[in-house]
Amino acid sequence: MHSTNQVLMFVFVMTTIVAVGLTGLREATKPMADANEAIFNKKGVLAAVKSQIGEDPKNWDNVQVETEFAKVKGYVFDYKGNPIQDMVAIDLEKNRDKNNKLDVEERAFPVWVYEKGGEKFYVVTVYGKGLWDKIWGTVALKSDLNTIVGVSFDHKGETPGLGAEIKDSPAFKSQFEGRKIYNAAGEYKSIIVRKGGAKDKTHEVDSISGATITGDGVTDMFVEGLANYKPVLEAAKKM
Amino acid sequence: MAETATPGVVEVKEPSFPFGKKEKQLITDPLMDNNPVTIQVLGICSALAVTTQVFPSFVISIAVVFVCAFSSLITSLLRNNIPTQVRMIVQLVIIATLVTVVELVLKAFSFEVYKQLSVFIGLIITNCIVMGRLEAFAMANRPWKSFLDGIGNGLGYGLILLIVAFFRELFGKGTLFVGSPAEIFIIGANNATTSYWINTAAESGFGSYFSWYANNNLMVLPAAAMFIIGIFIWWQRSRNPKLVDIS
Repeated sequence: MHSTNQVLMFVFVMTTIVAVGLTGLREATKPMADANEAIFNKKGVLAAVKSQIGEDPKNWDNVQVETEFAKVKGYVFDYKGNPIQDMVAIDLEKNRDKNNKLDVEERAFPVWVYEKGGEKFYVVTVYGKGLWDKIWGTVALKSDLNTIVGVSFDHKGETPGLGAEIKDSPAFKSQFEGRKIYNAAGEYKSIIVRKGGAKDKTHEVDSISGATITGDGVTDMFVEGLANYKPVLEAAKKM
Repeated sequence: MAETATPGVVEVKEPSFPFGKKEKQLITDPLMDNNPVTIQVLGICSALAVTTQVFPSFVISIAVVFVCAFSSLITSLLRNNIPTQVRMIVQLVIIATLVTVVELVLKAFSFEVYKQLSVFIGLIITNCIVMGRLEAFAMANRPWKSFLDGIGNGLGYGLILLIVAFFRELFGKGTLFVGSPAEIFIIGANNATTSYWINTAAESGFGSYFSWYANNNLMVLPAAAMFIIGIFIWWQRSRNPKLVDIS
């Protein structure tokens, strides 16, 4: 048996060594991790318009991502559609948790414009909650601001093979292509992830088996996220 | 997993380091006759959770081998100095430190893999194999032996993960190794895109031999892992009846 002082001493020395060591390693790897995350966010924006690029940026190297992303114009608006000049759209993605916790009135809304063959595509972000943690994504719309051309999702902690399929399954994401967020009468319908198969092929997509709650999270993310974007998109169209 | 085993193999050539029959057994026994999952019944929960796809299972296996080996080594080096009253907490700190190292390294050097594994890296801390081996072996054995025991048990765990993940991904999704550089989409469900092998073959006039195929959704759920591990235990024990009485 060790005396209480010995125990305290051992614990103190051990935690100090561990704390200093891990902090050092974290600081040493932080620039690389940040650079990786920036590239990853840019890939997320590009992935939404991958049908227009003609290639999935998933396996691109950093140079390819930067070259393609240089063609994309980023804007930031407030909820009424007034441009915010001193913000960079892609930097908002780094602080997406902070930004999305703000009330709608204070939130900043990024929009990226990708131009291909004289047609403009508008990429916006959505944010919500999955089963375990946050989920988010980018949605690319045609210039009618209604038809979806592509989506890309990401998540913090969904189960690989189940909820994480929103990010990994090409079949799930490709369903969104051509879906519309307004019906013919101009009413806001958004996109619904339907368990048991989509019935309405304009506003619904099939859910992933084993990922009901993540699917509902995607539905909420679309319904709430895109509702706020209308004035913002109108403003972006005029830019 | 072959790479992770090489440090042990290299040591064989060094005459100063003993690598006799006993040491070899420390590596080979946990693979089959003393497997941490099917015989010691440790680490079942994570074996159910992580095994929907082969590639994440593979990366997790490597991470577990690393954490298991080095936490055993460190614990064994400190075993005479760790105060018995707080030994569990000390072991936990060692494990958590190594897992954080794995997480930081993946984040800096392999961001895609880090993203794909998401929560599972943190879950290694709760993997009872690691702590089970520290308590059962590393606290009472020399560092080199403990290190080998850690590698062996990590590999034994990884073996089960890969076997289970292979069947679950193949029959649950019709794919294999998705997420890795060698991803294969084999058989797609009804609405699958043409990037699936069989679908592509069918389109080029191969005939639709696989139209009967549908993904088995049970395989995607954790219960399927239980069945596969169960069948494995059955096979393992009918092959070697000595194992039947052990647990």
